[in-house]
Amino acid sequence: MRIINRKPSRVTSITLTALPFVATIGVYALASHYRRLENPADKLLPSFQHMGETFWRMAFVPDKRSGDLLLWLDTYDSLWRLGMGVGAATILTLSLGILIGFIPHARSTLAPYIATFSLIPPITILPILFIIFGLGETSKIMLIVVGTAPVMIRSVSQEVMNIPRELIIKAETLGASVLQMIFRVVLPQTLPKLVNVMRLGLVPAWIFLISAEAIASTSGLGYRIFLVRRYLAMDVILPYVVWITLLAFIIDRLLLLLSKRAFPWHHLGGETL
Amino acid sequence: MSAPPKISVRNVAKTYGDMTVLERLNLDVEEGAFCTIVGASGCGKSTFLRMLLSQETPSRGRIEIDGAPLPGEPTPDRGIVFQKYSVFPHLTVEDNLILALEFERSRPFGRSFGPSRKAARAEIDDTLEKIGLGSARLKYPVQLSGGMQQRLAIAQALLKRPKVLLLDEPFGALDPGIRADMHDLLLGLWRELEMTVFMVTHDIREAFKLGTRILVFDKIRHDPHAPDAYGATITYDLPLTRKDAGPPPELAGLAMNADTSTGANA
Repeated sequence: MRIINRKPSRVTSITLTALPFVATIGVYALASHYRRLENPADKLLPSFQHMGETFWRMAFVPDKRSGDLLLWLDTYDSLWRLGMGVGAATILTLSLGILIGFIPHARSTLAPYIATFSLIPPITILPILFIIFGLGETSKIMLIVVGTAPVMIRSVSQEVMNIPRELIIKAETLGASVLQMIFRVVLPQTLPKLVNVMRLGLVPAWIFLISAEAIASTSGLGYRIFLVRRYLAMDVILPYVVWITLLAFIIDRLLLLLSKRAFPWHHLGGETL
Repeated sequence: MSAPPKISVRNVAKTYGDMTVLERLNLDVEEGAFCTIVGASGCGKSTFLRMLLSQETPSRGRIEIDGAPLPGEPTPDRGIVFQKYSVFPHLTVEDNLILALEFERSRPFGRSFGPSRKAARAEIDDTLEKIGLGSARLKYPVQLSGGMQQRLAIAQALLKRPKVLLLDEPFGALDPGIRADMHDLLLGLWRELEMTVFMVTHDIREAFKLGTRILVFDKIRHDPHAPDAYGATITYDLPLTRKDAGPPPELAGLAMNADTSTGANA
């Protein structure tokens, strides 16, 4: 049988899923082992045990200077910024996306403008944001908004335009006003797509969050990583990277779960990645 | 003087850039007629229907309804059933049916809650039973068969009691057996509600079975050097008296044509 028609069994599927992860860990363990044979104090590839101990210390032992549990402080601050940034971007996306996708005059006014705006590399705006909003939380949140919203708006506008015209016309023949069409036809059809766009938008959102924290911050996951870089503290950096990845993964899965719970009709058709 | 025709089409043409799709359309349709529209793929049948719906506007000429110009946008006086995307995929069967009531009663957002929602759901009980979807009321359209979806689409299109019902190949994707059931349903509703019906179909037998009048669209003028210069027009306009009459001999060839092109949408 051709390979496109061969489906892995459940056991095979789980094994195949685990394979690249296990391989990565194995290669790391080997490399770390041989480096530490040569130099037991090697900082570049610390042992799992060492990283575990450090992570435990970051999570459960109060910092000597400030008395804070650094991991949780960093996580809370970063997630707060990420949430505010992505939240604001999402509200902007939904309102402007529906306007642009549904109302031709709004499309003519805003679509080319936002398309142009989305081409500005967001990180080049960061100095401007720092000058306008100072080095506080606002400029970090704004960077996330500026970095994610324009692209999100473009995708959602397109999704709104892709709603079959037949459905809009049907609503018109049922006597709907524009506002009623937006709330009963366009919005419900757009929301599952919006969740999808959010899941994709979270990837650049994390990049801009970590960048902003690396450049000007006194807390946050990105701040910590770039702070301990000076001491070659791979035992902090590597667990933090894994932790950030885990957080991003959990948020992504939660959004998918939300979509499946809230919009069952959207997921009846087929598999969602 | 007799009443003006329900729908009156005067010298209508539709062009897209240099391409003429339809030209020299003239037609008077009296109230209560069941017009079936047939013709080869790409001859503008669906375009004509979209003009009757105000989804598109004629490039030349005018269309009148009850002696007044057709409104510039789709309105509740003309119901529509498409072949696809006719019902709202995000609403259950019963919510698809109460939507029109909600639009009417719940300003500004068109969403009812609590008791008024319950009342609206009770109001459509009869309709649900009539179209045989009583047990499927909580299902989403995607969970229904094609025939059930189209029954829902027809019921939904009739909620506002339109005087004109437009059908764009509504049964094109259905099995023959299901089609026959749908024909009975549609004819029953047509007699009961005294509507004027326009139905585009690829199936010539269906056209003869259902219609009181059949309109055949075809291109009669050809310019070999500019194939798009001339559009299709109404080449046959036959009143049908006997419901069970088969296609007359001069249209037998067309029937073959229509059968082979089933599925393609003009």
